[in-house]
Amino acid sequence: MYKIVLKKKLAPQINRYSVEAPAVAESKKPGQFVVVRACEKSERVPLTIVDADPEAGTIDLIIQEAGYSTHELCDMEPGDALQDVLGPLGKPTDIEDYGTVACVGGGVGTAVLYPIVKGMKKEGNEVITIIGARTKELVILEEELKEYSDELIVTTDDGSYGIEGFGSTILQNMLEEGREIDFVVAIGPILMMKAVAEVTRPYEIKTIASLNSIMIDGTGMCGGCRVTVGGETKFACVDGPEFDAHLVDFDEQIARHQYYHDEECKLIEQVDEMEQENT
Amino acid sequence: MTTRSRDRNRQTRSRDRKTAKKVRPPRQPMPTRPAEERINDFEEVTLGYDAELAQKEAQRCLHCTQHPCVDGCPVSVDIPAFIKLIAEGEFSAAAQKIKETNTLPAVCGRVCPQEEQCEAVCLMGKVDKPVAIGRLERFAADYEREHGEVKLPEVAPSTGKKVAVIGSGPAGITVTYELLQKGHQVTIYEALHELGGVLVYGIPEFRLPKRIVHEEIETVKKLGAEIKLNMLIGKTKTIDQLMDEEGFDAVFIGTGAGLPRFLGIPGENLNGVCSANEFLTRVNLMKAYKDEYATPIKVGKKVAVIGAGNVAMDAARSALRVGKGKSEVTIIYRRSREQMPAREEEIHHAEEEGVKFNLLTNPVRFIGDENGVVKEIECIKMELGEPDESGRRRPIPIEGSEHIVAADTVIVALGTMPREFIAQTTPDLKTSKWGTFEVDEETMETSKEGVFAGGDVVTGSATVIKAMGAGRTAATAIHEYLMEK
Repeated sequence: MYKIVLKKKLAPQINRYSVEAPAVAESKKPGQFVVVRACEKSERVPLTIVDADPEAGTIDLIIQEAGYSTHELCDMEPGDALQDVLGPLGKPTDIEDYGTVACVGGGVGTAVLYPIVKGMKKEGNEVITIIGARTKELVILEEELKEYSDELIVTTDDGSYGIEGFGSTILQNMLEEGREIDFVVAIGPILMMKAVAEVTRPYEIKTIASLNSIMIDGTGMCGGCRVTVGGETKFACVDGPEFDAHLVDFDEQIARHQYYHDEECKLIEQVDEMEQENT
Repeated sequence: MTTRSRDRNRQTRSRDRKTAKKVRPPRQPMPTRPAEERINDFEEVTLGYDAELAQKEAQRCLHCTQHPCVDGCPVSVDIPAFIKLIAEGEFSAAAQKIKETNTLPAVCGRVCPQEEQCEAVCLMGKVDKPVAIGRLERFAADYEREHGEVKLPEVAPSTGKKVAVIGSGPAGITVTYELLQKGHQVTIYEALHELGGVLVYGIPEFRLPKRIVHEEIETVKKLGAEIKLNMLIGKTKTIDQLMDEEGFDAVFIGTGAGLPRFLGIPGENLNGVCSANEFLTRVNLMKAYKDEYATPIKVGKKVAVIGAGNVAMDAARSALRVGKGKSEVTIIYRRSREQMPAREEEIHHAEEEGVKFNLLTNPVRFIGDENGVVKEIECIKMELGEPDESGRRRPIPIEGSEHIVAADTVIVALGTMPREFIAQTTPDLKTSKWGTFEVDEETMETSKEGVFAGGDVVTGSATVIKAMGAGRTAATAIHEYLMEK
């Protein structure tokens, strides 16, 4: 069992957890993820490792309530334990000194971005970080990211905080103004990553996206996380989760994300009914 | 040989044949639940012999001096001896006899292809149907377990040597069981959240109840194996770390062949198309067919399973059950019935349950609807040409025979390959172009000293019992290696 030692609410329905997983804490690198199972009857859920403390033997995870399983995870409290934590999985981010790196995060994808921003800065890059959220109260990790960014820009869809609009537009403006950017990392909703890829494509700036595909084992067994990259089928769990954003078939990813949508809704309804019956 | 002695031999054989026919009972059929009942649930399909049937069947053994059955068994079970014990009513003793060389008799009694191994060479099979060795093995193991008479083997005094076993499928469990008995300390590293490998994620409940797998595997825990779940070697830790930092004297790699093969045709990444590994893992490991488990599973009205091996049959029959009578399930296979790699028994059960077979047909592309969900498969008719390197007749597409088959769920069951985590992180381990480890077949030792491998990770996808056979060979070699070290 993997004990939860800390829980911090970052925003409505977004929590940060520190979980005891010493073997993972020791070997993890930026960009890698774990597969967790809350309890015996739960799904296996892939989650990015946001940070790790090898000495304390803990890893940090940021979880947004999005469906049944993340709801179940967000109900857990310090002292509770996760049934399973497997990792670190996936290939680490290629952290190198590229020069100037723009890191664009959207929604809870910002959590995935954090270890990469940190890694890129430590490697000597000039780091421009652009994070976006729907509204002010959903902006996460602003302070933490500031520490490792040479420039940090916050956007909100509704303009309630920072600049109104999308990260992709900010990036586009920068490029149009002639800012030299050598490498771009985009992590967030699929549509946002697709938009960033389209912004950088004409400039031929190497851009990577981190995919949050549906998967079961996370070890290359199920193939549920298939993604077409440059016409070839790849598994996000073992070949990714990061891929060249200019080659990813994002439309296919949008469809694949939706496949279990109805089942998810049904499950949530069932749980709601059960909860109502119990009260 | 003189003419006379040849004649005498012929006479003896013919007498044997007559006696065999006259005195010995016929092969006892396996009690099996009717198809219309069993397709409504995931409970076991075959019910197993009772004591009476088992004893009757056991009496059919000729106790021939050659006992070809023992040589036909990859783990050399003393088959005549355990059958004799069953005939004498010593059922638990029979199970213990089997366990001298076979760690998982209740599993093997259910899933071994006996018709290609021990039963294929059974002398009785030359005059009548062979002795039902597999059914008897299952009976003995079930009897011992259900009567609480499971005996742990004796364990030699501790040698102080430590072995890491990677993967807890049939190969890993066999190695562990053998090495523990020889007094070595064994730690099992398993990537999933449960022990058993393909026995828990691959083979469905109705063919191999998980309770039985767990109980047989429990033995290695009772013998003192240390179990580490959620450990993906090559990611969480490397082989070198295990040997240099954790102090293991030897390592056995039994990580199987987990990476599913796909067809590589257009539309394969549409929703509704999945690997048999994914489908079966959702059903078996994640228990998606039970309401109280959160993992979702979907089958449509028209399910197509591509391939005709045992895994394809498992997927097809699982899909029928998940579909609760609303799904039509069809196997699509590019060769004909005779070339189907699945066991005859599995094909027969699938047919009984209403699985349809669309043979000499090969998918060319998958066609999706406006939501990116598969709705049709474009297929082409095939004919059989000359035999290829596998010895099976090569299927050749018939030009102009393209046609559309409706399918809203497609399960691709074309076999699996080893994954690369260990090979990628252990540069001094030699692999073949198929990603399998190269080993010395006598010892199962890899190119790296102290590291052994066996099972599907060496052979590519094969059978449970072949993996166990490799495990036994490796365990003997590991023991020798440790004692010489």
